[in-house]
Amino acid sequence: MLAHVTTFTLDGLASRRITVEVDLRRGLPAFTIVGRGDAAVRESRERVHTALVNAGFDFPQRRITVNLAPAHLRKGGPGFDLATACGVLVASEQLPAAALDRWAVFGELSLGGELRHCRGVLSVAEGARGAGIAGLIVPRECAREAALVDGLEVAGVTRLQEVAAILRGAPVPELPPPVAAPAAGSEPDLADVRGHPGAVSALTIAAAGAHNLLLSGPPGTGKTMLARRMTSILPPLTNQEAIAVTRIHSIAGRHVADELVRRRPFRAPHHTISPAGLVGGGSVPQPGEATLAHHGVLFLDELSEFSRSALESLRQPLEDGAVTIVRAQRTVMFPTRFQLVASTNPCPCGMAGDDRCRCSEADIARHGRKLSGPLLDRMDLHVQMPRPKAEDLERHEGTPSDGIRAAVLEARERQAHRLAGTGLTTNAEMTPRLLRELVHADAEATRLLRLSYSEGTLSARGHGRILRVARTVADLDGCPRVGAKHVGVALGMRQERVLEGAGAA
Amino acid sequence: MIACEDCLRRTALVARLAPHVEHARRERRRLRELLALSDDDLIAALAGDRRGAIRQAHEDFDAAHARERLDAAAIDAVCRHDERYPLRLLEADDAPAILHVAGDPGHLEMLAARDAPAVAIVGARRAGTDGLQVAHALARGLAAAGVTVISGMALGIDSAAHAGALAVGGPTITVLAGGADVAYPASKRSLHRELVRTQAAISEMPPGFKPFRWCFPARNRTIAGLASMTIVVEATERSGSLITADLAQELGRAVGAVPGPVTAPRCAGSNALLRDGAFVIRNAQDALDEALGIGVATALTGRGPGELEPELRGLLRRVEDGRDTVSSLASSPAEAQHALAGLSELELLGFLRRAPGGRYVRVL
Repeated sequence: MLAHVTTFTLDGLASRRITVEVDLRRGLPAFTIVGRGDAAVRESRERVHTALVNAGFDFPQRRITVNLAPAHLRKGGPGFDLATACGVLVASEQLPAAALDRWAVFGELSLGGELRHCRGVLSVAEGARGAGIAGLIVPRECAREAALVDGLEVAGVTRLQEVAAILRGAPVPELPPPVAAPAAGSEPDLADVRGHPGAVSALTIAAAGAHNLLLSGPPGTGKTMLARRMTSILPPLTNQEAIAVTRIHSIAGRHVADELVRRRPFRAPHHTISPAGLVGGGSVPQPGEATLAHHGVLFLDELSEFSRSALESLRQPLEDGAVTIVRAQRTVMFPTRFQLVASTNPCPCGMAGDDRCRCSEADIARHGRKLSGPLLDRMDLHVQMPRPKAEDLERHEGTPSDGIRAAVLEARERQAHRLAGTGLTTNAEMTPRLLRELVHADAEATRLLRLSYSEGTLSARGHGRILRVARTVADLDGCPRVGAKHVGVALGMRQERVLEGAGAA
Repeated sequence: MIACEDCLRRTALVARLAPHVEHARRERRRLRELLALSDDDLIAALAGDRRGAIRQAHEDFDAAHARERLDAAAIDAVCRHDERYPLRLLEADDAPAILHVAGDPGHLEMLAARDAPAVAIVGARRAGTDGLQVAHALARGLAAAGVTVISGMALGIDSAAHAGALAVGGPTITVLAGGADVAYPASKRSLHRELVRTQAAISEMPPGFKPFRWCFPARNRTIAGLASMTIVVEATERSGSLITADLAQELGRAVGAVPGPVTAPRCAGSNALLRDGAFVIRNAQDALDEALGIGVATALTGRGPGELEPELRGLLRRVEDGRDTVSSLASSPAEAQHALAGLSELELLGFLRRAPGGRYVRVL
């Protein structure tokens, strides 16, 4: 007899509907799975066989053929276990055939017949709803994640016997209670940062206008500490953003809680990371750090230590907010709308500006060249973080994140209001044309900009960056026009050109 | 007047003997004594086995051909018999036979008189930020007062000096070890282009000549000879800039040095000069007073802080007092923005500049 079971496989961040066909025939007992499965799918035979027996079902002594359709798609992972087991039960008439009409199933089996947690359940649930399927049976641990999708009945089950009961018409068990979310107060707060009022202000501007930020300073001044607190002053994720982030983190197997991710992700990959690790890759493409940082912060500590190819690979994600990975059989697109925060030493020894610096002009120029190019062009803000003096540390009070976040939220609202109808929401995204149309500088500010232009301090490209940042500073102040102070702040946070022969050559 | 045949012949001979000079230097023969020899003695001293061939080539020298090559390279040749040749340089008996000029020969003519104002600024290639800034500011002040700034376009101090003079439109002259039309070091290509376009690059070697090692100390003697005063900005104890200072002393010219921290090895050589009695040069005014006489010229200083608004003036004073980073000027993010805005304005007005490490320093 032939059985059809509906399940889903992950393809990039989306899921694709797969029909598992199970056929039982007379002949020597055999169990074959066809349909381009990977090693986990092949091994699935042993798990299904043992799980069925251990759960008290009969394993038919027949020739069993399982087909995963459509046949052209490569399929991976242990998520087919449950579908295969259900197919065998229906085909051997241990379950009614009609039972599987309104359910899709997804889950990995243990040898004892229990269901195990699986990656990507949110995508699977979205796929099921998209395919018009009424209900989805998933491992109980993933049930709340699947239930984030509206209009889909979700059955969270722990054992194969329960699956059989539901398919026979038993009531669907209630969703498990939510796992207590990690305590809210554990997020690091900006109040811990002392002695860097300028850098805190830069972080605020970066958060308010979604500008990319480069921190430069000697080792141990708190660049990393500051960057880690970026997420504490960013606006909370919207529902749509939260679903996107949860989907990504679920597929990457990083989502442990059973609620929507509410915190903006913060990713800080080590500088030895490969291009594939950064933007995603693999024969079955997996999302990289840039995608894991989607709607959050990607922090590249010691920017100059990253390999050239890794930094180059960030160009497309930064330009387009997405990265496309092409493999022989398919193309996968991963979203990468992250905010970039990077840190670097100011010179090879890290002591630039100090008498202890042993670097020559040529060394510093070489160091600067390593950082130059398309990546720096995308950094609106560049802030120096010198080692604070002892008396300054004592004098300074830290500023709590809450107050700053409120200011950031207000500034974001002003931007959204001004940019309404352009499809953009933040100042950092403004094109030169929008800058001309929407950013108005008062007389004093115009004088400063002109001065900086004629002094040769600014290039045309730098000019746009200054205007964007000045607009954000004005938004934080609640000013409709860009004033001299705002331009001054933006100029103070502009990119440093490598000092060499003081400008010539 | 076009360079005379004898001088062209002499130049060609020196270029031909250049590898032999390199060899002789390894045997520790004094470069200046060699370069002071007459043509015949030079061949006798250096050519060795190839003496016959080189003497033959020397006698067969084709002046017309050499002139064509100069024209093709757009190089002006000023020989020692030319009235445009700087008189001060002639005082040395090893003075170059010809100065090849790429760019505006008018800049060299300005040095023809014995008392023409010209100051050489030399120093370390691996210079600190402060040193670069001082060299830049010195050159700017001197050039603005009409003093020709002479240097060698090396990395570091030399290039900063040229850049400083260029910032006020010169005058400045670069003396190169290779051909005047060759940018050496190659990374200073754009500086060389700018110098040739508006100022002058000179060399005693013919166009296209690639320098040997001995050409650098030889070039230094030209720098010392052209200038009435040589200022060393930063030099380690074994720096080539000290050769220039020694040569200037031998010629009886003034030598000055910019004082540096006594703990910094990169200033050890220049500080040693000061201990040996070199003039102390703190700024362009000091240099002008020594080079031209006290009170003859006043260094151009930007606008005085007196013209600033009281708030900016206060900020400037605090930076001068050592509160030179944003974190030492402000104690909250709001104050930091305020301070930063003021610092940017002071920077644009030319009172401050940004230094590495987030510091702001007063522009000299």
